[in-house]
Amino acid sequence: MEITLQQVIFGIVALMMMVCSVLAVTTGKILRAATALLFVLFGTAVFYFILGYTYLGAVQLSVYAGGIVVLYVFSILLTRSDKNMNERIPRGRWFAALATTLAGFALLVFLLLGHGFTLGGIPALQELDPAAIGEALIGMGKYQFVLPFEAVSVLLLACMIGAILIARKH
Amino acid sequence: MDINVICYLLVGAVMLFAGVYGFFTRRNLLATLISVELMLNAANINFAAFNRYLFPGALEGHFFTLFGIAVSAAETAVGIAIMINVYRNVRNIQTDDISDLKG
Repeated sequence: MEITLQQVIFGIVALMMMVCSVLAVTTGKILRAATALLFVLFGTAVFYFILGYTYLGAVQLSVYAGGIVVLYVFSILLTRSDKNMNERIPRGRWFAALATTLAGFALLVFLLLGHGFTLGGIPALQELDPAAIGEALIGMGKYQFVLPFEAVSVLLLACMIGAILIARKH
Repeated sequence: MDINVICYLLVGAVMLFAGVYGFFTRRNLLATLISVELMLNAANINFAAFNRYLFPGALEGHFFTLFGIAVSAAETAVGIAIMINVYRNVRNIQTDDISDLKG
């Protein structure tokens, strides 16, 4: 049983993602939280590449890591959130939140490990044909997705108009 | 030697519950939104991994992830617009200060 390069990369990225996602919710400075979120999103893109979904990885990089994180950083600076990050919540509530999180995580890990996924590996790196993705995205047949595609277009248009309406000066 | 599906699911679980913890403990609205992003991202990883694990020839999970990314981008844009508006009116975006609708 030899260890491939892919597994090494997966291990490093998985470790980085777990550390950064915990860091993103525990650090006291919000810019650091946004940076940790950025690294988690990069790691997710690496996961998609390893799974063979290169198109999905590219979308993840350009939309999430490129667009959303920039939006976050700008709004952090606009609202001066780095100045007012006083995080003092009552000790009882903090303990209740921690207990809920740990209990939920333990339950989920128990269910995952008990289900029998442990035998199944994922066949690595069979890249999808881009033409198949394009045809499935705007085809009208069975297992093709033109209706959700159009719905998402309308949703994004509505969200653009809504964001402009909400955020403009009166 | 393939990567086991449980590795993806465990990373997703850690991200999901980090998001839950942040959602419970953060006071700043932007930090809360960052936690929500973590949870959505964990769900997306699970869709992609299960699609590859169960039906390698199908594309349903792939497209569900794609639409999930689009929906979360829309949610972030509207949420940040609301927060900037709140900041303009209240000069603060801590959750405790936003109590005007309480009556």
